[in-house]
Amino acid sequence: MTNAWVIATIVAVIAGVVGFFVVLRGSAFPAHAIPNGAFAGAAGANLLGANTLVGLGVFSLLAALGIGRLGRRGRHDVATALALVVMLALGAAFLSRSSEYEPVIYSLLFGEVLGVSSTEIFPVAVLGLVCIAAVIFLYRPLMLSSVVPEIAEARGVRADRMEMAFLVVLAAATTITVPVVGALLIFSLMIGPPAAARSFTDRPPLAILLSVGIALVTVWAAIASSYESNWPIGFFVGAIGAFSYAVGRGWAAWRRAA
Amino acid sequence: MHWVFEPGFFSSQPVHVAVVVGGVVAVVSGVVGVFTVVRGQSFAGHTLTDVSTAGGSGAFLLGLNPLLGFVGIGVVGAGTMDLIGVQRVRGRDLATGIVLGAATGLAALFLYLDTTERATTGATQQILFGDIFIVDPSTIPVVVIFSVIALGAVAAIYRPLLLSSMSSDIAAAQGVPVRLVGLLFMLALAVSVGLSSLAIGSILSTALLIGPAATALRLTRRVGSAMVVASVIGVGATWLGVLLAYDSFYWGSSQQSLPVSFFIVMVTFALYLASGLPVVQTVTGRRASDRPTEEEPRSPHS
Amino acid sequence: MTDAPRPPNDGGEILAVDGVSVSLAGRQILDDVTFRVGTGEFTGLIGSNGAGKTTLLRVILGLQRPAAGEVRMLDQPRGRRNRSIGYVPQKVLLDPDMPMRARDLVALGIDGHRFGFPMPSKARRAAVDEMLRAVAADGFADARVGNLSGGEQQRVLIAHALISRPRLLLLDEPLANLDPGNREEIIGLLRRIATEQHIAIVLSAHEINPLLPVMDRIVYIAAGRAASGTTDEVVRTEVLSALYGHHVDVIHVHGRVLVVGGPGESGEADIPADPACRVG
Repeated sequence: MTNAWVIATIVAVIAGVVGFFVVLRGSAFPAHAIPNGAFAGAAGANLLGANTLVGLGVFSLLAALGIGRLGRRGRHDVATALALVVMLALGAAFLSRSSEYEPVIYSLLFGEVLGVSSTEIFPVAVLGLVCIAAVIFLYRPLMLSSVVPEIAEARGVRADRMEMAFLVVLAAATTITVPVVGALLIFSLMIGPPAAARSFTDRPPLAILLSVGIALVTVWAAIASSYESNWPIGFFVGAIGAFSYAVGRGWAAWRRAA
Repeated sequence: MHWVFEPGFFSSQPVHVAVVVGGVVAVVSGVVGVFTVVRGQSFAGHTLTDVSTAGGSGAFLLGLNPLLGFVGIGVVGAGTMDLIGVQRVRGRDLATGIVLGAATGLAALFLYLDTTERATTGATQQILFGDIFIVDPSTIPVVVIFSVIALGAVAAIYRPLLLSSMSSDIAAAQGVPVRLVGLLFMLALAVSVGLSSLAIGSILSTALLIGPAATALRLTRRVGSAMVVASVIGVGATWLGVLLAYDSFYWGSSQQSLPVSFFIVMVTFALYLASGLPVVQTVTGRRASDRPTEEEPRSPHS
Repeated sequence: MTDAPRPPNDGGEILAVDGVSVSLAGRQILDDVTFRVGTGEFTGLIGSNGAGKTTLLRVILGLQRPAAGEVRMLDQPRGRRNRSIGYVPQKVLLDPDMPMRARDLVALGIDGHRFGFPMPSKARRAAVDEMLRAVAADGFADARVGNLSGGEQQRVLIAHALISRPRLLLLDEPLANLDPGNREEIIGLLRRIATEQHIAIVLSAHEINPLLPVMDRIVYIAAGRAASGTTDEVVRTEVLSALYGHHVDVIHVHGRVLVVGGPGESGEADIPADPACRVG
């Protein structure tokens, strides 16, 4: 149980930080698609008997590169949608060949926090640190490119390279978070808290801290509720994510009116 | 012919049902999909698939026909998304994402309850990834009715929808009720997604919705002909997928077939990639890359 | 029709555009464009929508490679990353939901292209405050940029462009969508910056009249070709007729200029839309 708390805390911090940029850049759709790519990777690793984390990492990276590459020509949202379904279909095919079908799909898609073992914590923590370091390194150009892409371009910050770099960071974050909250729900954790946070403050660094805070509360509450009710953690993450977004919007509306 | 169509392909009843249901669904997805791509609503379309996952698993829980669940909750989800934010592109993506997250959470709960309370095994993969070979023949009339409704809705709002997809301002100036037309389209989209969820599973139905339409729009400029091309591609991909899945049972020694949806998605994706090849682009007289930069539309994700 | 070297604020030449041609998708956008900009000069880049103004600015920024010709800045060939140019693009969409204050956007102008997290320091804060005062944006320094009015956002973007101390400031249609009062204020502000800080300004616009009092030089673009010089040299019936390729009349009404197309082939599309001076 302690393992669950530790790992969920790492996951929340990463989701809160990376999610801030997901929301700032309006990359909700890629943020949803990459975890689904990770699902295929986990399924493939499961079939081959390889390390799940490796499968997750390789396939989320593939999904990120695919979206970045396909989106360069043609429509970005179409590229994302197609990369998404191709990965899912691969995942389905991998799983249909492996012996343990249903419970594996279920936990990969919707998360399984209580089954985390202590040996899993170390690689997750390392990858998490790498992820945060990458965000700190990219902070300024990423910010500039997200807010005023035309100016960034004129100053030598190329939008397509920033997009690719960010998708790779997103892939790394996904690798860490998918086994815990599940491929379909990590997205909730990356969107809900940052979207809520920006209703409460005008300062970017403060918004990131607040986003992490809300993500932590969401995950901790979800674990506790899941433990009490025996219902899946994903349900609580999705519900609390939507709830915090609604509270944020309400607060913003109230502040405008006042 | 023997090595193309494995024994029993033409005499198997599940194959007949799959061919009919898959064909009808592919036509609806092609028609609705073209507008989805033109309007830049791929994300909304995909979200409805996840919303319909919740509906499908809910229907399973209550012992209803999954198609009713897929379509019913899709319509509710479409209405909700329309309600909470459609004005700005970024805001729209976020609102869509929140609905997506909440719906997925619900799906997680329903699927959990399906497996624990009702002890139904196989619900998860059937709802998520579909199995067109086990569709009950009695479902065919329902599929046809829903298809007619979706196609009729698109036909009825065709011109105002086209106009408001090109420029909502011009449409509004001409007296088109832009919000209402948008909402009606979302409902048609929900029905279409519900149908394709039945055929290839809820989270893969995006493939049938977006893939053929995006391919068709690369091959032809006109929306009307793109719908025809998309339907043909969709039907072709679906039937080829059914055939390959049936044949895959005889591949290798495992005696275990791969999912139909896997093949449909792969065929669709291969066609999409092929349509971007320079050869194809030259033949059809389209080059996407050399449009003047000043006229390039801003992608909502950049 | 060609460049007349008569820089009023003589401080040397900063930008030289020589015979630049650009074609996109087989269509000629710019055809043999040549002009010079001197230090501290205010240049108006005038032309109707679609005349090629944005493309020309992109060439100067190094974002678009010309098919022929060359752009030299401070006598160096134009490289990809040249930070002595400040840029305010056309139609910047700032999301009102974005948690970012006016001062945060200006601070990104200092070193937004560098990697790493910005360490807050007194010097940074002072530089930002000073720049916000210089563009008269200190009143809304702590407001969300997305919630500011068009004129206010324009000031913030100018501050963002100026804080890295460029030698040349490019502005793409900064006056579009501003009401006349705001337009005057922005123009006055830019004129002051050019004179006091010796920064050359190139500003694109489709209306000529608001800029008449402040322009040192005009580059008039029509159908991809350009004529440059002082206003008196360029805005004349024979020069503009030659540029458009058909007869146009330049009419002076109450200190304003009106360019009226003849019964020409290209019709009204080539005529700068200037609602402010459309006489009834």
